[in-house]
Amino acid sequence: MTTDVLIQVRDLTKTFTSASEIHALNGVSTDVRRGEVVVVIGPSGSGKSTFLRCLNLLEIPTSGTITFEGVDITDPKVNINVHRQKMGMVFQHFNLFPNMTVLRNMTVAPVELHRKSKQEAEAMAMKLLERVGLADRANAYPSQLSGGQKQRIAIVRALCMEPDVMLFDEPTSALDPEMVGEVLDVMKSLAKDGMTMVVVTHEMGFAREVGDRVIFMDGGKILEEGSPEQIFNHPQNARLQEFLSKLL
Amino acid sequence: MQAWFESLKADFELNFIQGNRWKFLLDGLGVTLIITLLAGLLGVVLGVIIAMIRSTYDKTAEGARKTLGRRLFGVLDKVCRVYLTVIRGTPVVVQLMIIYFVIFASSNNGTLIAALAFGLNSGAYVAEIVRGGIMSIDNGQFEAGRSLGFNYVQTMRFIVIPQAMKNVLPSLANEFIALLKETSVAGYVAEKDLTKAGDIIRSRTYSPFMPLIAVALIYLVLVMFFSWLVGKLERRLRNSDH
Ligand SMILES: Nc1ncnc2c1ncn2[C@@H]1O[C@H](COP(=O)(O)OP(=O)(O)O)[C@@H](O)[C@H]1O
Ligand SMILES: [Mg+2]
Repeated sequence: MTTDVLIQVRDLTKTFTSASEIHALNGVSTDVRRGEVVVVIGPSGSGKSTFLRCLNLLEIPTSGTITFEGVDITDPKVNINVHRQKMGMVFQHFNLFPNMTVLRNMTVAPVELHRKSKQEAEAMAMKLLERVGLADRANAYPSQLSGGQKQRIAIVRALCMEPDVMLFDEPTSALDPEMVGEVLDVMKSLAKDGMTMVVVTHEMGFAREVGDRVIFMDGGKILEEGSPEQIFNHPQNARLQEFLSKLL
Repeated sequence: MQAWFESLKADFELNFIQGNRWKFLLDGLGVTLIITLLAGLLGVVLGVIIAMIRSTYDKTAEGARKTLGRRLFGVLDKVCRVYLTVIRGTPVVVQLMIIYFVIFASSNNGTLIAALAFGLNSGAYVAEIVRGGIMSIDNGQFEAGRSLGFNYVQTMRFIVIPQAMKNVLPSLANEFIALLKETSVAGYVAEKDLTKAGDIIRSRTYSPFMPLIAVALIYLVLVMFFSWLVGKLERRLRNSDH
């Protein structure tokens, strides 16, 4: 792991103003270094998803800055689409395109965004499919896949854009228990290859084993962050202690 | 029985054979089909554009900065909404007559003007069908597209619209069938469509039964044919399921 900062987050706030005002993020600052695996934990509604979705501007922050590869992407003049191509995202509910085959799901972005020719994109997609053991499903449609298979496809779909960071929002929460392992295995192998990852998850085993750093959020704030050893074995914050005790 | 059959035969000959009156029906059918096809085409183009404007305006409402562009877009959205309200709030015959006698009073290409009027009318209904289709696509599809680096228009074009159109294809086909029947009022602006053709024959033979029943039968056959096509389409869409 090198020490150069890939994503710098400073004083991030997000207020939703639908029926009433909801302060989802209340001043979040942290750095994600190149090659680092950052795991975000915390109770439901603590702002984990909002934080993650702000990183690629799926949510527009109310204030604060996000600097990605040296560019402040919260600046309205920045073309966010270019930077999003470098930030892969995996959703809880997969969000595969139901009207496209697995192969087309994976190649539609690199091809239509003119990043690769159709042949190059398909060759790359097949290599990735082999890696996750799904090469035989290249021509299947999402409705013909199990949840675990869908999520593995969603991961390699994002990888087809050759991102510099991968963002995961509870990637195993919608899966049947017996399918969680196959998805975590893919994520572990990604981490081993040195991919920078920000992972929101309730899988504490994964956080301990793969995480370089764990962030605990509650009430839209980072209450504690540190190595998995620090966070899980020597938690300082009372809310974190309470959160961890409930998991046991 | 024999006498009844004889009179029917005479009636048939009077209305269709004498003076080659069947040609009125054939020409009328042609006019009806041309108006319907042109209006259907215009309606789909207009409807998709309006649906895009309306759903884009709604989708981007949250967190939008009040820039000049956004305000102009708001005006565009308002114009679309006024159009939808006016078109859907007034009878198509009245719209047709206004366009023919008021707006294009000096033009004499009645078929094109009728097609334009029915197209403008159909566009409003198509717009609402397509907008419903766009809004019914899970927002996760949109977000997945954006997260891959597609901009708004590309996400619509490659991800959302293909799925939305597939979902609304049967409704659009039914709108087309409704349009076919609606064009029967084209006679109000002196268009010799199928309905008018039947009426012309009736006014010459003073025998309403044959020509009007014939016109009804032709519409019925056309509608049944298109409905059968829609049914086939729906079954194929349902079986593919993706
Ligand atoms: N689009 C939204 N509109 C309004 N409120 C939202 C929206 N998204 C999230 N929130 C609110 O923001 C808070 C944080 O939500 P979220 O980031 O999803 O938490 P977590 O992922 O930790 O469960 C919650 O109170 C949630 O209800
Ligand atoms: Mg969440």
